Amino acid sequence: MSTKVYDCISKIGDTIEENKDFLTDLDREIGDADHGVNMARGFHAVVEKIPKDDANIGAVLKKTGMTLLSTVGGASGPLYGTAYMEAGKVMAGKTEMTAEDFSAILKAAIAGIQKRGKAIRGEKTMLDALIPASEIFDEKIAGGSDIVTALNAACEEAEKGIEYTKTIRATKGRASYLGDRSIGHQDPGATSATLTLETIRDFLKEE
Amino acid sequence: MVGIVIVSHSPKIAEGIRDLALEMAQGYEGLYCAAGLEDGTIGTDAVRIMEAIQDADAGDGVVVLADLGSGIMSAEMAIDMLDGSVKVQIADAPIVEGAILAAVEASAGGTFEHVLEETEKTRGLSKL
Repeated sequence: MSTKVYDCISKIGDTIEENKDFLTDLDREIGDADHGVNMARGFHAVVEKIPKDDANIGAVLKKTGMTLLSTVGGASGPLYGTAYMEAGKVMAGKTEMTAEDFSAILKAAIAGIQKRGKAIRGEKTMLDALIPASEIFDEKIAGGSDIVTALNAACEEAEKGIEYTKTIRATKGRASYLGDRSIGHQDPGATSATLTLETIRDFLKEE
Repeated sequence: MVGIVIVSHSPKIAEGIRDLALEMAQGYEGLYCAAGLEDGTIGTDAVRIMEAIQDADAGDGVVVLADLGSGIMSAEMAIDMLDGSVKVQIADAPIVEGAILAAVEASAGGTFEHVLEETEKTRGLSKL
């Protein structure tokens, strides 16, 4: 019997694997053509290394972050690594995740990514999907929605965030070397972040 | 003696820089590379960088030189993970010229502050 957190992370790994070529193609347009390959390599290692039966969600998330850190290779290694490790701190010792926990996870992950990447909203990064998603999630929960409804809204905002990244120029990361030529392309990091949120939503919906 | 860590996405780049720098600093043993992933793939690995910093540290501090964006990011993460246990800083300098200067100064017995300062002087170096 595997734990819910193991199953959810393993589903995120499946999503990344299914979208590996798509993410790499997006990165070929404005980067170094490795985002999908890197993330898939990272999640293969994660699914092998995290314990199936440890109910401590924080410990599993921390191990996920540490593994991504040393196996992804590109900037998404330290960025997603930090995000999962920060999420792990929020969930330290917990065996169940509430909507309030998930709200705190999103905020902690965003703060970690911002610190590590020295990026703000509007620079064509994963933050352009995650920040609006986190904001609407909190709004929905405060208004009495359940976690799946709030996540539905969050995923919609994240999708809009991806569309927004098409309209702006990259000022962070490898894409910034392209200047205005990065306009018109969606950001691979915003895309993988949205895919992650959608997978978590689908996982919680099935429960 | 001050240690040096070369962080690159590519093991070949890092090894080449090491060879070049050691030509100018023969016998210096404080230079370590943390480049590529464990399986040799192009990329940077914060955990390997952290270990290289620990290996390079002989108690007098470590100067890190890194290549592109995520190399810097992984090096910063490695330094955060060391949590103050090693005196270490990333030099704001071009990786090839910086590594040569750092190796020369470190092998001559310069202090951490001196090696870092001399290394960073390569930042504004005009090539022509």
